[in-house]
Amino acid sequence: METAPDLCALLTRKETVTKDTKIEVPAVEGFFTVEEESHLIGGRFKKSGNYCFPKNLGGSDPGFPEDEIEEVLLSRVGKIWSYTNSAYPPPPPFIAAEPYEPIVIAAVELEQEKMVILGQVVNGYSVDDLSVGMRVEVTVGTLYEDSEYRYLTWMWSPLPEEEKQGKN
Amino acid sequence: MHPWGKWGRNFVEYGTFAARKALEDAQIEWSEVGFISGAITVRCGYPGYVAGSTMARALGFNGTQVASSYAACASGATALSVARGQILSGACDVALVVGADTTPDGFLAPNDGIRTDDTDWLRFHMVGATNPVYFGLHARRRMEMYGATQEDFALVKVKNSKHAVFNENARFNKEYAVEDIEASPIVSDPLRLLEICTTSDGGAAVVVSSLDYAKSLGVDDPVRISAIALNTPTYPDPLIDLPYLATDSSANTLPDEIGFKESIGKHVYEEAGIGPEDVDVAEVYDLASSMELDWYEQLGFCQPGEAESLLRDGSTSIGGRIPVNPSGGLGAFGEAVPAQAIAQVCELNWQLAKKAGKRQVEDARIGITANQGLFGHGSSVLLRR
Repeated sequence: METAPDLCALLTRKETVTKDTKIEVPAVEGFFTVEEESHLIGGRFKKSGNYCFPKNLGGSDPGFPEDEIEEVLLSRVGKIWSYTNSAYPPPPPFIAAEPYEPIVIAAVELEQEKMVILGQVVNGYSVDDLSVGMRVEVTVGTLYEDSEYRYLTWMWSPLPEEEKQGKN
Repeated sequence: MHPWGKWGRNFVEYGTFAARKALEDAQIEWSEVGFISGAITVRCGYPGYVAGSTMARALGFNGTQVASSYAACASGATALSVARGQILSGACDVALVVGADTTPDGFLAPNDGIRTDDTDWLRFHMVGATNPVYFGLHARRRMEMYGATQEDFALVKVKNSKHAVFNENARFNKEYAVEDIEASPIVSDPLRLLEICTTSDGGAAVVVSSLDYAKSLGVDDPVRISAIALNTPTYPDPLIDLPYLATDSSANTLPDEIGFKESIGKHVYEEAGIGPEDVDVAEVYDLASSMELDWYEQLGFCQPGEAESLLRDGSTSIGGRIPVNPSGGLGAFGEAVPAQAIAQVCELNWQLAKKAGKRQVEDARIGITANQGLFGHGSSVLLRR
């Protein structure tokens, strides 16, 4: 079980104090912003114009040797390319809630960046509520917590218009 | 081969057993082997990282040349390719290729520690994306794009279980019905427990030689390795796969017309000068039963979207026009990572040498294996007689 001291080295002082006094911090810094409308933090290759996520872990384009990467905020809205769940708790280094509720995972395609990014779907949705092509936006949610901190990760949230229309 | 199972014994025992059996089958002495090529296991500590040498010591150190290779699920094919290179270059006449593993229960997981620059660590920590999650995503795509059903996925397992009844090396010999599979719990929707391969202990080995050496031993019509592919993908790869959090971006660079998985078979077909229509039998990586359907299309046995038909009309069962996984596949074996690609070659060797007993595919002369591993490893071995 990860403890706050193990992960302290990864944190910046970008914290928000929440109602229940737990401090919300990204579980790992540098992957997303924490704000009213959060963004994934990606990379954009300067010469080729292609994107990558996470910003420092993309593969290179062999046609553009020694291309440089600049940090960019990725599009917030995408379409579900596919979805599934994990009915059993994933092993460490995932920190599963106890009791465990199956997490739902979506692979989401961003139109401008033309790439697909994995992420959990926010609480409250099962695979029966989702469909390929559904529009979702990026947000943040709790990955796990301890007595002092709430550790966040990026998540996909179906847009309200999708719920009104219902699943086709 | 050493039978696949779950005993938790030292992987060296399984590997040595398989190696000795292979030498015996080939009627080759360990002293004749000029090169030992080991497939690495990362789950058995240091001895596993230097698997070739570990096996050589177990067989008796005698100064033989050695290499150890790791390529995730493609490790065995890589080890075979290294041996083949030694033979084709004339550096040796006879090589032994061996891989074995002892695996833990449950999900395969990264090594302990915190590594925020390791995408394999991140996909578990930040998303909870286990291996079956990726299989589930691709299975859902088949349903969306081609109308595949959960029954189709179950039927792959049913078919392979029928084959495995006749394979004493398979861990599971039970013949399953669709109802059995549909009664097993969901692991990563739409995939169920009995549709996702487990992990196993096992060991496999092959002896390979130059054609001249085989002839000198009186083997006039040997099973030959005609081609090996060890492909990496091309940039940008638009298909999300293990163990990445995201695909490449195709914003300004177009993907190759030929996808990564398709490029694997294409490589061996070109090297061997044949096409998919010439293949008589195949062993493909059914990490999930849905994945086997993908392989039918990726290897060119049918058009995209037609894999379910090929399965349902019996074409890929023993007795059909292109039997796939006559061994029973990963569904019947479970995965012993470094041994698995070698086990695929063992099965095709027996098929082509007419030694497959009740699993025999009639008149099998050309066989193909296919698998892909983490971090861009894809492999295929083409055998012919």
